[in-house]
Amino acid sequence: MSNNTPSPNHFVAPLEETPLVAIDAVKVGERPSNLWIDAWRDMRRRPMFWISAAIIVLIVIVALFPTLFTQIDPRECILSRSNGAPTATNILGFNKQGCDVFSRIVHGTSTSLSVGIIVIILTTVLGVLFGMFAGYYGGWLDSVLSRAGDIFFSIPYILAAVVIMSVFSAYRNVFIISLAIGIFAWPATARVLRAEILRVKNADFVMAAQALGVSRFRILLRHVLPNSIAPVIVVTTISLGAAIVAEATLSFLGVGLPNSTMSWGNDISAAQTDLRTAPQTLIYPSIALSITVLSFIMLGEVVRDALDPKARAQR
Amino acid sequence: MAGYIFRRILQAIPVLLGTTFLIYFMVFAMPGDPLLALFGDKTPNPALLERLRQEYHLDQPFIVQYFLYLGGIFRGDFGTSFSGEPVSAILARTFPVTIRLAIMALFIEFVGGVIIGLVSGLRKGKLFDASALVISLIFISLPIFVIAFVAQFIFGIQLGWARTTVSTGAPIQDLILPAFVLASITFAQIVRLTRSSVIETQSLDFVRTAYSKGLSRRRIIPVHILRNSLIPVVTYAATDFGVLLVGATVTEGIFNVPGVGRTLYQAIIRGEGPTVVSFVTVMVLIYLVVNLVVDLLYGLLDPRIRYVK
Amino acid sequence: MKIRRLGIGAIALAAASALALSGCASGSSDSSTGSSSAVITANGSEPQNPLIPTNTNETGGGRIIDSIFAGLEYYDATGAPQLDVAESIETDDSQTFTIKIKPDLTFTNGDPVDAQSFVDAWQYGALLSNEQLNSYFFEDIEGFSYDEDSPLTGLKVVDPTTFTVTLKEPRADFPLRLGYSAFYPLPKSAYDDMDAFGQNPIGNGPYKLASADAWQHNEKIDLVVNDEYKGGRKPANGGVTFVFYASQDAAYADLLGGNLDVLDAVPDSAFGTYESDLGDRAVNQPAAVFQSFTIPERLAHFGNDEEGKLRRAALSMAINRDEITDVIFQGTRTPASDFTSPVIDGWSDSLEGADVLKYNADEAKKLWAQADAISPWSGTFQIAYNADGGHQGWVDAVSNSIKNTLGIDASGAPYPTFAEQRTAITDRSIQTAFRTGWQADYPGLFNFLGPLYATNASSNDGDYSNPDFDALLQAGSKTTDTEEANGDFQKAQEILLKDLPAIPLWYSNVTGGYSESVSDVDFGWNSVPLYYAVTKS
Repeated sequence: MSNNTPSPNHFVAPLEETPLVAIDAVKVGERPSNLWIDAWRDMRRRPMFWISAAIIVLIVIVALFPTLFTQIDPRECILSRSNGAPTATNILGFNKQGCDVFSRIVHGTSTSLSVGIIVIILTTVLGVLFGMFAGYYGGWLDSVLSRAGDIFFSIPYILAAVVIMSVFSAYRNVFIISLAIGIFAWPATARVLRAEILRVKNADFVMAAQALGVSRFRILLRHVLPNSIAPVIVVTTISLGAAIVAEATLSFLGVGLPNSTMSWGNDISAAQTDLRTAPQTLIYPSIALSITVLSFIMLGEVVRDALDPKARAQR
Repeated sequence: MAGYIFRRILQAIPVLLGTTFLIYFMVFAMPGDPLLALFGDKTPNPALLERLRQEYHLDQPFIVQYFLYLGGIFRGDFGTSFSGEPVSAILARTFPVTIRLAIMALFIEFVGGVIIGLVSGLRKGKLFDASALVISLIFISLPIFVIAFVAQFIFGIQLGWARTTVSTGAPIQDLILPAFVLASITFAQIVRLTRSSVIETQSLDFVRTAYSKGLSRRRIIPVHILRNSLIPVVTYAATDFGVLLVGATVTEGIFNVPGVGRTLYQAIIRGEGPTVVSFVTVMVLIYLVVNLVVDLLYGLLDPRIRYVK
Repeated sequence: MKIRRLGIGAIALAAASALALSGCASGSSDSSTGSSSAVITANGSEPQNPLIPTNTNETGGGRIIDSIFAGLEYYDATGAPQLDVAESIETDDSQTFTIKIKPDLTFTNGDPVDAQSFVDAWQYGALLSNEQLNSYFFEDIEGFSYDEDSPLTGLKVVDPTTFTVTLKEPRADFPLRLGYSAFYPLPKSAYDDMDAFGQNPIGNGPYKLASADAWQHNEKIDLVVNDEYKGGRKPANGGVTFVFYASQDAAYADLLGGNLDVLDAVPDSAFGTYESDLGDRAVNQPAAVFQSFTIPERLAHFGNDEEGKLRRAALSMAINRDEITDVIFQGTRTPASDFTSPVIDGWSDSLEGADVLKYNADEAKKLWAQADAISPWSGTFQIAYNADGGHQGWVDAVSNSIKNTLGIDASGAPYPTFAEQRTAITDRSIQTAFRTGWQADYPGLFNFLGPLYATNASSNDGDYSNPDFDALLQAGSKTTDTEEANGDFQKAQEILLKDLPAIPLWYSNVTGGYSESVSDVDFGWNSVPLYYAVTKS
């Protein structure tokens, strides 16, 4: 510190009075958000990234343009074909109501994928906001945010879903149902992040940043959060599957999307009673769900690795 | 430390008030008249219905109902269910069973998940890791009904290793199979979380230092890697405890466990306000205690975490 | 009537549940070969109300009440009434009845079973301020009022073993109703503390509670033989333990796992396999449960006019009942051919106009087109159901059948809870057709017709009204001749087949099974096993 006019009120010089400002400014100008750029450079070198991304893109295309993949009407259900075996045109056979299984999976992609993604965005945004501030600032803010989470978390899911979906019964769409699923699920994410931040905020590099006089909020965003996000990614990618299954539960309870809406969850729950006589009607939509979740888990894995500079350095 | 715990206990009061209010409001907001369902497909005569409404205070505005209930709690009266049984008696017979089941499930998923997650993390990208992922995926994609049904059919009926349902008194040996089924829900999360945390911890300086000091893997893995990887896992498992307490509806139904999940579900569907609120109140209390314990555990797992200022 | 037990999660509880009424005519009770001291286990469900006969209106409590109480009569397996406590029930005009009961009968606590014990119990059950769910059973007795506390002036004790009942107007089937649990007697001690009695009831039936705390809530109830019982339902076993299940899947698994002796409801997840699982121990026979969906007359296009009748008939003929009962229910339902049930005396499968219940795609299309000529159809035909009762499968199948036949949009419309659906139906806010089911309280044709379709009847949820139908019901109620009465009721149904206030679908069968260690398992007319006749080795 070669400052020749130290303020008498500061043991550590305020940021704007130190040459650090200049150093910082230069760095920001040269390489904005270096962590993320590093991560991106790392990710694109890895085949797993491209494989998972390709699957996700494919699933999105199926969701957007289902008719590219099947010409069969998923709503044409003829009971005499109930649980029928595959044919040349109906490659996965028929379900209990005599509808084409493959076509229903293709047409159900859009609903299931949307619910899954909206829910994880919702839980992640809320969970990260609550968990981040609670863990980092602690004290009364932690108490307020954590206890708010406790209240939300202790509300029985079925009760909440029935109430929300009944209140909004006129607008049963993908957004409302995702809201009903996500609004009470975020405290789990928040608590996991909070715990990780409690751990990370005492790490050496955080102390170093503090000693350098970086503002607390900036430390949180630039140093603590990126180093605490790994468990959130893990929880979130798996929650995608749970959200898709939850949509089925709500449909089953009569508070889901209208019956005419197709989704993997609906088909999985409808096939449950035929578990012993026609397991294939359950297995095919489950496989679609598995592949989707798997591709997101793989992507999450790559992102997590890329965000961990030490793991990167090891390779 | 004692001050911190005391503060946390004080915080329970607003949380309880907030939760009971919110839940009572939600039960109140549920569409449909719960008393009509008591008569099945038969329409009751209006005079009888009116009297029943008065008896359960359902003719009162919401806020009056809520304070009547709250007043009852202070006198130790949690209300009565439609079947005439005091809610306190229902609480007393269901919670012990479910807590036993939840602890068993938690133990299974935690021990199993952590071991598999640890090995996966240490052998990242190897065959074991990939197999663990595939098994996790199966548990994620199948509804709990299917897992419970298949487990009951194979182990209960075909192999005869376990009793098909839980017998009177819910003895431990009957709860093992349902506990495994319940554990399967969160098993995947525990495995993935442990694995991720282990991978991260492995590359930290103190682990490298330990290796370079020549310490054996046998010592480094449990003491240095595992202990420092457990914080997110323990946190997640604790949140799951709450889910196990109230969310075991399907599993409790299939294995006929006389516990909280199915009782609460029926109370919700039947619109029994006092029963629902009382259950959730107890649940919140347990949840607050569990979270407090977990917060204190952090200090043990990582001495740098302190709350006392 | 008919309270639906609640499905748990994925498990649908199939049959509408109702009051259990036991009876025995199978004669197998005395020819038992097994041990008379072995206790059988049977499936049950936690009673939803205290165990008071006039307050129990669902199967969970009903099967217990019927085992521990004996009324004036009981119903045998065919549904015919047999005298139990009563010695005779006589009438000249179907309005005043003289009832004599057998002497020297007692409750298990020693209180006498006499005329007074019946009269007091009925007075208790009918009184508005006692808030008994079954009070409507006393509505025909003189003095009954729905709106205020009013004693049943039609009940008179003549001597300790004789009392008379005077009705407001003649009801020929009144004696038939007396086997229902609402008409059971109560001991004097009950009135001291009815709440305590409801937890530990004292009865006069073939069984009694094993101890004061025999009812273990949500788990089971233990019943043992009551040696004091002298009626026709003499137990051939040492007792019954009802294990309470929240899901039929659990009960079925216990039957296969050897932990349950008698099961009276196969879960729909086992419809495809139970016959191979159980072999000749599987039970599947028609029962007194009628399923339909009701189209309220206030819906556009479905009024009481030419167009409405054409559309109703077209819808009815567009439903392939044979295929749906076969595929969705695996033969555990029997396609309907009238508005009652095959187990009821007077049922007929050859009513005039019953063709409308047969699948006929061409005719259905033709009638629908004729209706369209009067006023064109647009929109979706919806059938509402409660999602907590496991109805989605058949509602979807019926909708698809309508859709495929008539070429219109059709779908199910779920309500999350039974309470919500009942509320929408009761306050008439429902704007679609809706599922309706009816399980008889007593085995008579009138019980399937009067409460449902008579003008302003209590369960006439579709607000159907036809003076000709009402007149035939009245005529049938007044005559003392059963043949003549059934003739009137059949003619009344022929009117219903033209008007179709509800579209009949099928009769629910009783599906069940039993373990290898028991025999002589018969099911009563009301789908409940005759527990007293079961023998266990």
